[in-house]
Amino acid sequence: MNGKPLVSIVSAGMSKFGKLDGLLAREIFSLATKEAFTRCPKLDPKNDIKAMFIGHMGEAYEHQGHMGPVAADWAGLTGIPATRTESACASSGAALRSGIYAVMSGLADVVLVGGVEKMTHRTTSEVTEYLAMASDYPFEQWHGITFPGLFAMMATAHMHDYGTTEQQIAQSAVKNHYHGSLNPKAHMQKEISLEAVMASRYVAWPLKLYDCSLITDGASCVILTKPELASKYTDMPVQIIGSGQASDTIGLYERKSLTSLNATKLATKMAYDMAHVKPGDIDLAEVHDCFTFAELMAYEDLGFCPVGKSGEFIESGETRLGGRIPVNTSGGLKAKGHPVGATGTAQTYEIYLQLIEQAGKRQVKDAKVGLTHNVGGSGATAAVHVYRRDK
Amino acid sequence: MSTQEPFTIEQFYKFLEQQKLMAGKCLKCGKIHLPPRPVCDNCYSEKFEWVTVSGKGKLLTYTVIHIAPQQFQALTPYAVGIVQLEDGLKIPGMIQNTTQEQLKIGMQLTLDFGTCSTTQQWPQWQRYCFKR
Repeated sequence: MNGKPLVSIVSAGMSKFGKLDGLLAREIFSLATKEAFTRCPKLDPKNDIKAMFIGHMGEAYEHQGHMGPVAADWAGLTGIPATRTESACASSGAALRSGIYAVMSGLADVVLVGGVEKMTHRTTSEVTEYLAMASDYPFEQWHGITFPGLFAMMATAHMHDYGTTEQQIAQSAVKNHYHGSLNPKAHMQKEISLEAVMASRYVAWPLKLYDCSLITDGASCVILTKPELASKYTDMPVQIIGSGQASDTIGLYERKSLTSLNATKLATKMAYDMAHVKPGDIDLAEVHDCFTFAELMAYEDLGFCPVGKSGEFIESGETRLGGRIPVNTSGGLKAKGHPVGATGTAQTYEIYLQLIEQAGKRQVKDAKVGLTHNVGGSGATAAVHVYRRDK
Repeated sequence: MSTQEPFTIEQFYKFLEQQKLMAGKCLKCGKIHLPPRPVCDNCYSEKFEWVTVSGKGKLLTYTVIHIAPQQFQALTPYAVGIVQLEDGLKIPGMIQNTTQEQLKIGMQLTLDFGTCSTTQQWPQWQRYCFKR
């Protein structure tokens, strides 16, 4: 272990996640940046921040594209280069990666990266249609294949190949709702039972309503700088020591495996190699549980458990708070919520809080190395980052 | 079989209207593309020929969709799956006239050229206007 730090995180912010009636995306984003600025009084946002990347998935939700300058304006940063990064549900994972490029290139010493999405004002049918836009249009959307449908097909294949059960898959929802109950910013802050998950209606067999992440409004952001400049802004920086991003075919049908995401595997190898870490070195992780089954698949692709064994692994309790490697202490996309463009840097926000020991009731003791795993679409994009506490 | 038709997704669907399931075979490296594409992703060649593909195959995975976008909502619940055709190519699609219980990974399926028509709808927005 001990990869060289790529960049340091000096602050982070996140709006409340939930149904934020009456607020537009830009307004929600300003709540996240306000927290990040308040948390870091030595930073002068208007003078110090030299560039911004913002993850935002869809123009359709608010009929608003060109979110880079819109979000920069509401963050009080008009004038700086502000670019939207779109990689579906990994849009702000890609923003983070872009921010790292910017800082490491030397073009910008301090960079704001974040993400936002406003979704709850739309009907479930509309959101289903907009989300599906991140899948293949001519062969998937055109034939009525939805996002839950794509992950359902991966779950069907995993159940067939490895004997994974619907109950095992449902355990991810139970765990993440427990974690969400400890997060005051989570969309859903109440526990749910395995029976409730199993009794919920099917969205796309074998995935049920409680296997699906939430339609949520929210925003998140992180402020990055060069490691040697971090002490100018904070006594408690968190280092990013590994960064990986990879792509795969847009169509699930074109891929070699239906039970694993190759983009996750490629991004993970990139990030682990850069950070000089192994799966066993990770103390906690935020993984992309857009559907319960996606969390199980992530355990295998990230190397947390052997291939085919994720069902048994989640039943072991190792990924619950108090376990060997707590996963999704924030509540994950399942309970914290999944405002798609905001999710990647919201994962980073959680790891940041955990590593500076400000995660409140859900604090993981002695956490030193964290990981985020952000997936776009059905896995055509994945971004994996590894973080380390500075001291 | 070789024609002048462009090796595109649009042309793939035009052939389907003629009850033909066609793929593009790269003349340089031999890779068969379903859907066809104008440039081979393997060797970057732009030279292809059309090959007829068997519509028979086996089901690799499936789901039954209960929540769908507006234009498919009337069809719910409906089954979709990914089918591996006899020559190894894979293609997704709806599986009609079947029940959840009848669906099994590995079952034999045949592509049916009968079309399932849908209409696209865009959201209707309430607009204000100025009057004299």
